[in-house]
Amino acid sequence: MTDETRLLDGPRGPKPSRSLSGRNIMLYGTLIVMATYYALPLYVMVVTSLKGMPEIRMGNIFAPPVEITFEPWIKAWSEACTGINCDGLSRGFWNSVQILIPSVILSIAVASVNGYALSKWRFPGSEVFFTILMIGVFIPYQVMIYPIVILLRELGLYGSLWGLVLVHTIFGMPLLTLLFRNYFTSVPDELFKAARVDGAGFWAIYFRIMLPMALPILVVAMILQVTGIWNDFLFGVIYTKPEIYPMTVQLNNIVNSVQGVKEYNVNMAATLLTGLVPLTIYFISGKLFVRGIAAGAVKG
Amino acid sequence: MHSVSIRSLDLAFGAVKVLRDLDLDIHDGEFLVLLGSSGCGKSTLLNCIAGLLDVTDGQIFIKDRNVTWLEPSERGIGMVFQSYALYPQMTVEGNLSFGLKNAGLPKADIAERVARASKILQIEPLLKRKPGALSGGQRQRVAIGRALVRDVDVFLFDEPLSNLDAKLRADLRVEIKRLHQQLENTMIYVTHDQVEAMTLADRIAIMKGGQIMQLASPAEIYNRPRNRYVADFIGSPSMNFLDGTLSEGHFETGGAHFDISGYAFEGTATGPAEMGIRPEHVATGHDLEGLAIQADVTVELVEPMGSDTQIWTTLAGQSFRFRMDGQAEIRDGDTIRIGIDPTKASFFDKASELRL
Repeated sequence: MTDETRLLDGPRGPKPSRSLSGRNIMLYGTLIVMATYYALPLYVMVVTSLKGMPEIRMGNIFAPPVEITFEPWIKAWSEACTGINCDGLSRGFWNSVQILIPSVILSIAVASVNGYALSKWRFPGSEVFFTILMIGVFIPYQVMIYPIVILLRELGLYGSLWGLVLVHTIFGMPLLTLLFRNYFTSVPDELFKAARVDGAGFWAIYFRIMLPMALPILVVAMILQVTGIWNDFLFGVIYTKPEIYPMTVQLNNIVNSVQGVKEYNVNMAATLLTGLVPLTIYFISGKLFVRGIAAGAVKG
Repeated sequence: MHSVSIRSLDLAFGAVKVLRDLDLDIHDGEFLVLLGSSGCGKSTLLNCIAGLLDVTDGQIFIKDRNVTWLEPSERGIGMVFQSYALYPQMTVEGNLSFGLKNAGLPKADIAERVARASKILQIEPLLKRKPGALSGGQRQRVAIGRALVRDVDVFLFDEPLSNLDAKLRADLRVEIKRLHQQLENTMIYVTHDQVEAMTLADRIAIMKGGQIMQLASPAEIYNRPRNRYVADFIGSPSMNFLDGTLSEGHFETGGAHFDISGYAFEGTATGPAEMGIRPEHVATGHDLEGLAIQADVTVELVEPMGSDTQIWTTLAGQSFRFRMDGQAEIRDGDTIRIGIDPTKASFFDKASELRL
């Protein structure tokens, strides 16, 4: 018998797969249970927000709506009352947008320059500077609240929208700088040297070489900042005044209002509306986010 | 006229002295290779010339202009890096013109220079591509082009071929040599590869511990190494060293007496010394005739390399290897007669390790 015929004796072809093995049942079972656990509250919120009040009073919170109504959504957006204002969440939404956009742009712009300077233009004391900045990551926000009130008062920004923008920019700085510094450190030094030989200065290298390469980390920073600032409640309630309260504060005021009947459907709709912005950001840029987080982990 | 002059250059990172009181003059149009093992300071020296590192003390002149405190772009240098360092988001054309745009040259001028450089380097079909879509050899050509378009006085190469595979490295080596013949610019080339150094250089500067051990032509360095380190570093396989004592016209090692009349001594010809013999300078068979030093040795190990064969053996009680023709029929345990021409050997003082 030759070697070639002996080869033919054994099994051939792809390895048969067994989909219903004990391992798979355990794996998928656990995943399904966990997924349900996380998805159920969302389901309840969506369903409740689409019911009328009489239906909610019947108490079946898991039951799908018998009659779908968008009335609660409309009410939450444009009619719900907080204090004397009865124009719903829409006011808070636009306030939040006005806070969000300058805060995100300003904090990312400053932090990326910081990170770039700290990674590529080491100056005497740059390590000390960086360490001090890093300590900022570990300091609890609550410690800083009152000093910042004084600071904003002295600057004449207390209770204004730009005051809050400034606060968000400052608090975003340590983490964002760390993020950008680590990312730019992974950009090869030779690239930076080549640009210097080519006569590019600090800003030319930043705008023409570094920033175009930083897209993944820019997306990460943007997601962190958008969700962080949008979801912020503490700074919003402390450093602004009722006319310019961000959406989260207004949501709280609607949900926690003690007058009249509790309109669960409106509350649910309002909450979903408030969560929509970070949710959208995640859906759009989820893939880029994971890529950016992983970038820099492996050099190259 | 000197193209690049370095005067008592010092560079220290904290307490670590990387370059020590280094002097170097490079002629106009010369191809100088800085050669040394890693950590010898060769790349550091190149970075100092480029202006990418601030010197601790000393001066650097390019074309008789003191550039010690000038920015890299003001020094009239172009640099090619080991990792190519091409700007990934720009096309080849963008990479080539980046430096010219920074210098504020008119558009027509830029286009003309890019066209000329890409013609010399034969990268015209690649101009619209991004670096990611190029092979290693093409990338390195673009990197050379980036220095070429800027019309610089001095080209600096920082191990430009180390990232390429062996065949491509040999090809590009020839191309760089051709480019030098064509442009007649001064080129300073850092490498740890002695083949690159020997083939490319007009002169080689061998560095160790932040100092230049020897600065001479490749032939001079190969034939008359100034000290034991240089002798050991250059040549593959490396030189054999025999420990012994020099006396008038004789070298005594491990009980054997070698007649070394004919060797031209530079220093004292007596005292403890080491005799250096390159494996390829050991004669066998017909070549033995007339050689003053002859000995019978037992073959311990044979390494066939194709074109030649390396033989490991023991001479005067010390490990010794030599090279024979690749066709030689030889086996472990054979006894073979070898001969050494003392004029081709080198002697080094035991204490100072300098050439005698």
